[in-house]
Amino acid sequence: MKDDGVEEPVPHYVSREPFDPDDEVALTPEQEKYYMAGQWRLMWWKLRRHKVAVVAGIFLLLLYLIAVFAEFVAPYELQHRNSRTLFAPPQAVHLFHEGKFVGPFTYRYKSRFDLENAQWIHTPDTRRVDRVRFLCSGGYKGSEYKFWGLIKGDVHLFCPAGGRATIYLLGTDRLGRDVFSRIIHGSRISLSIGLIGIILSFVLGIAIGGVAGFYGGWVDNIIQRIIEVLKSFPRLPLWMALGAAMPVKWSPILAYFGITLVLALLDWPGLARAVRSKLLALREEDFAVAANLMGASTKRVIGRHLVPSFASHLIASASLAIPEMILAETALSFLGLGLRSPITSWGVLLNEAQNIEVVALYPWLMAPMIPVILTVLAFNFLGDGLRDAADPYS
Amino acid sequence: MFRYISHRLLVMIPTLLAVSALVFIIIQLPPGTFLDSLIAELESQGEAADPNQIEALRAEYGLDKSQIEQYFTWLFGMLQGDFGFSFEHKRPVSELIGERLVLTFVVTFSTILFIWVVSFAIGTYVATRQYSVADNVATFLGYLGLATPNFLLALILLYLANQWFDLSIGGIMDDEFRNQPWTMAKAVSVLQHLWIPVIVIGTSGTAGMIRRLRANLLDELQKQYVVTGRAKGLHPRKLLWKYPLRVSLNPFIADIGSILPDVISGSAIVAVVLNLDITGRMLLEALRSQDVFLSGSFLMILSLFVVIGTLLSDLALAALDPRIRFTGGTTR
Repeated sequence: MKDDGVEEPVPHYVSREPFDPDDEVALTPEQEKYYMAGQWRLMWWKLRRHKVAVVAGIFLLLLYLIAVFAEFVAPYELQHRNSRTLFAPPQAVHLFHEGKFVGPFTYRYKSRFDLENAQWIHTPDTRRVDRVRFLCSGGYKGSEYKFWGLIKGDVHLFCPAGGRATIYLLGTDRLGRDVFSRIIHGSRISLSIGLIGIILSFVLGIAIGGVAGFYGGWVDNIIQRIIEVLKSFPRLPLWMALGAAMPVKWSPILAYFGITLVLALLDWPGLARAVRSKLLALREEDFAVAANLMGASTKRVIGRHLVPSFASHLIASASLAIPEMILAETALSFLGLGLRSPITSWGVLLNEAQNIEVVALYPWLMAPMIPVILTVLAFNFLGDGLRDAADPYS
Repeated sequence: MFRYISHRLLVMIPTLLAVSALVFIIIQLPPGTFLDSLIAELESQGEAADPNQIEALRAEYGLDKSQIEQYFTWLFGMLQGDFGFSFEHKRPVSELIGERLVLTFVVTFSTILFIWVVSFAIGTYVATRQYSVADNVATFLGYLGLATPNFLLALILLYLANQWFDLSIGGIMDDEFRNQPWTMAKAVSVLQHLWIPVIVIGTSGTAGMIRRLRANLLDELQKQYVVTGRAKGLHPRKLLWKYPLRVSLNPFIADIGSILPDVISGSAIVAVVLNLDITGRMLLEALRSQDVFLSGSFLMILSLFVVIGTLLSDLALAALDPRIRFTGGTTR
């Protein structure tokens, strides 16, 4: 410091380091990844953390794969009958025979007719060991199939040893048909009916809900009243009435689409309501108004801005509606008002278990309820996960 | 409040009219009429149907009139308590369905009571012990309860009772009371049989209600006033009962509108499995044989149950919840 009181200027200093003006606001790579990720990617990340939902999703994927390759997975063809083994109980798969390991095998059934009780009695003959074969091709009755009704084949995931050996994992029914194989074949109808039904219900719901939400006014009013009327019906009796209205003479394909239509007809009101309220709410949001002011056409605002922002919610609610449809089809077919044999769904199979006298004697006829419950459970878990993930910004 | 009630009552009229029209259309959907199947049956027995007789029957049942005329005859008949004539049972519908509807009402009402009591107890218990063993067990059972369709549950129960206790649990009353006038003994018998269908029908509703109550209560328990109360040393029980629990009980009333259709649906199919003398089996048979007035009356009255139940729950909600009373609308 000098005497004259004039301060010497601070020496000028310039950092030699390269300067980045964005440095202050720059993000770490992780943050960057998170902030730049699209909505769907965020949802996927959120869903991935929901372990139960992921497991349920994988399980469902597996089920649908089985349904696609039903002929390969099931050891027997759908309508194959074995008159020697009527009402045979489930065959246990053993690994050890007389203390020795022989790999998976079954004991052959010795069947006789009990005249006193008028009932077949099947006892495993512990001397006859039938080894289970894997990835095998034919060699027994009921092995030939037409894959999707088109390609002939007889390769199966697993099959009995051949000749008169049998493998009935879940027993047989009154005509000697393998229940396990029939459940596998039935999954094709039961699982697809939910999907097709939901697509129909989606189209109806989005179209009608969209119209109501977009036009508002008296159109909205009328649609609201219609939804109210449909909602005030107890669903199942109405489904029963619609199911009964389907002519018995319809061909299987027609009956299949008839029943999906019937299911969708009562399912769309829920979706339409969701679409309408979302549209009404989102229409007023800043981004929609901004798009409008920038001159985007109505079609573009709806298609490009509004629908994507609630599509995730719709998918979540759809995954919760699919099990309801599967259950409804099962219930209707169980009552004999839905699908009828020869179309085979889980409900049609359960129709055989309607009588308690039959069930008490042959409890394995109730087996088709296991895949029903598991499927519904899986869809519910997945749907819950999706619903949580549908709002990735919360 | 009076305006609200009268408004709701007025809205009910067009709703019910639309419901009746829809029911009439649906029951008329199958091709042919009951008479056609009767003629076919007569012919299959080798008796040539007398055309004059058929015409007489057609006129008697009003089948010669146009559909619209038939609808209005049916509608005005119902307003006077005349539900038409059952072709199959050859008796007036009102005679056939009276007792069944009373029993349906009893089953529905008890099921809703069951749902309330059980979900209140379990829901409160698990919400105050979040992530405990009991909570996880209840959540898992809840999922299972939601996923198991009630007719399968009925089948499982029937089977287990048959296998383990050698017991037949079907029916809504002992056989000797069927088609008998109501007496004390008959009522007792109904009560003895009631619990099975009530549990079976109520399970999924209970599971759903527990989930909602738990979620509501957990939300409420995190709010500031609860923290304040806890901080100033309020007794935990009082802290729970005084406000959070009361606020989170809203769905008990508000959800009747959505639970009631499910319960009535459930009772229709469970009745078939458990062989109950409520609407189920008779409705099923009437639908199959195109006994249009019988099935139509069933559908109509079941819907009426739902509409009235929803109305009552809305009114109760308005009476209980000032937020709804003052804005005059429902929160749903």
